[in-house]
Amino acid sequence: MKLVVAIVRPEKANEVLEALFRADVQGLTISRVQGHGGETEEVETYRGTTVKMELQEKVRFDIGVSDHFVETTVKAVLGAARTGDVGDGKIFVLPVEKIYRIRTGEEDRAAVTPVQVVAAGRA
Amino acid sequence: MNQPTLVPADTAWMLASTALVLLMTPALAFFYGGLVRSKNALNTMMMSVAALGFVGVAWAVLGYSLAFADGSAFVGGLQRAFLSGVGLQPQGTIPQLLFMAYQGTFAIITAALVSGAIVERMRFGPYLAFITLWSLVVYAPVAHWVWGGGFLARMGALDFAGGTVVHVNAATAALVAALVIGQRKDYARQAILPHNVPFTLLGAGLLWFGWFGFNAGSALAANGLAALAFANTMLAPAGTLVVWTLLDLLRNGKATAVGAATAIVVGLVAITPAAGFVGPRAALVLGMLAAFPSYYALVYRARTRLDDSLDVVAAHGLGGTVGALLTGVFAAKWWNGVADGLLHGNPAQLAVQAAGVVATIAYSGVASYALLKLIDLVTPLKVDRREEGLGLDVSQHGEEAYADDEGAILILQRTEAEAPAAVPAIAAAAAEGGRS
Repeated sequence: MKLVVAIVRPEKANEVLEALFRADVQGLTISRVQGHGGETEEVETYRGTTVKMELQEKVRFDIGVSDHFVETTVKAVLGAARTGDVGDGKIFVLPVEKIYRIRTGEEDRAAVTPVQVVAAGRA
Repeated sequence: MNQPTLVPADTAWMLASTALVLLMTPALAFFYGGLVRSKNALNTMMMSVAALGFVGVAWAVLGYSLAFADGSAFVGGLQRAFLSGVGLQPQGTIPQLLFMAYQGTFAIITAALVSGAIVERMRFGPYLAFITLWSLVVYAPVAHWVWGGGFLARMGALDFAGGTVVHVNAATAALVAALVIGQRKDYARQAILPHNVPFTLLGAGLLWFGWFGFNAGSALAANGLAALAFANTMLAPAGTLVVWTLLDLLRNGKATAVGAATAIVVGLVAITPAAGFVGPRAALVLGMLAAFPSYYALVYRARTRLDDSLDVVAAHGLGGTVGALLTGVFAAKWWNGVADGLLHGNPAQLAVQAAGVVATIAYSGVASYALLKLIDLVTPLKVDRREEGLGLDVSQHGEEAYADDEGAILILQRTEAEAPAAVPAIAAAAAEGGRS
């Protein structure tokens, strides 16, 4: 099992989400974060105060997947989040020791495999 | 005509009306600003706010003269340019200077209305150039046609407060601008949602408030006609709001807040040309009828490729057209002392009203297209995709509507003599902690 952490541009978040759903990745968590990835800083001015914005708004995806799904997930994010400019973000793939599904108590791979009934309900 | 004299009561009401109409432009900033995404909120609001300055100055320099000085059937002369000869002498029963200021607030809001079709993608510099030139080349002549003694006035077209001059005119320019500049990159690909619906409701409320000056002020006096226009300005949008809410309930089972804000504006637009020409019951019916075309046009437009982002055409174009035509139906001499409409035995009025709308659409369409193409020759009208993704607040204005000071590093611009001792140390620490 792996945890795929993807940091992407906020304006790309919807496209990433769509790509993930199309790739059948159905469980994920997102959060708004701020980060710095070497992109040129935007300069802003408020009356006499001029500032360099060192932190950019990003959206962070946390996606727990079973091993054979890692590549699909990463490819979906890579394809959807890229603009080619500095600041497109990063993807980290981390090992995961244990996963539980809270509703059923299922563990590990079973816990990150979508339930068929739910999937049918979606379609 | 009697020797014109100043009437204090009229002057007092027009002073208040002018302030009311001026407030409509910041109100529009809130109405539009709430409907866009947060990364474009300031840019959208600035498009209205900037009109207060740029169109206001253009009006004093040239616009007022082109609209209201004696001239041809098509445009006024230049004798009032730079406000020359515009003093405290009576224009009707109020000082001419006050009349100039009152009409200036109309020019400002009309230009600002156009912005609704091109938000979230037009570069700010070309936008400023466009609205400034547009107020002179398009707004001023059209105002002259109807209110400055031009050909529509001579034909007897009824436009009490600007259904065609303001709303049909602005909506035509908006349609042309949306087509020339093109869609937003996310249009019809992603959901683009309003970022602050309470702003939109606040804007609609303030617009309604200001609109009492717009319509009742167009009587240019504190008299019965002003009272008629005032009451109609209260009744018609109420009618539109009721019908709109019912249509919302029928279609989705839910009455929406954005829908209510839109309905108020549509009702106000529709009663604008009719305000001082129709009775209160007719105003109520007019407001109710006006809901239908705009409501269904909004629903339909969203499925087309036309990215008239904030539906200027559906709200102002259709609302203004319906209002102008229904003025030709409901006008009653018993109320206005000027002309009857279709219902009161004068079907010809409807044809005159239609001619006014068609002339405005034709001229505004062609002239707006020419202006945009002209500016496009000098500098691009649209931001690039990167700037559009980032948002126009940062890319065009170097500001954010909802700034967060985390990660904001102060750039020190020290005066040579006195650099405070403590601050450079902080800057050095920040530089160390920043990027290495």
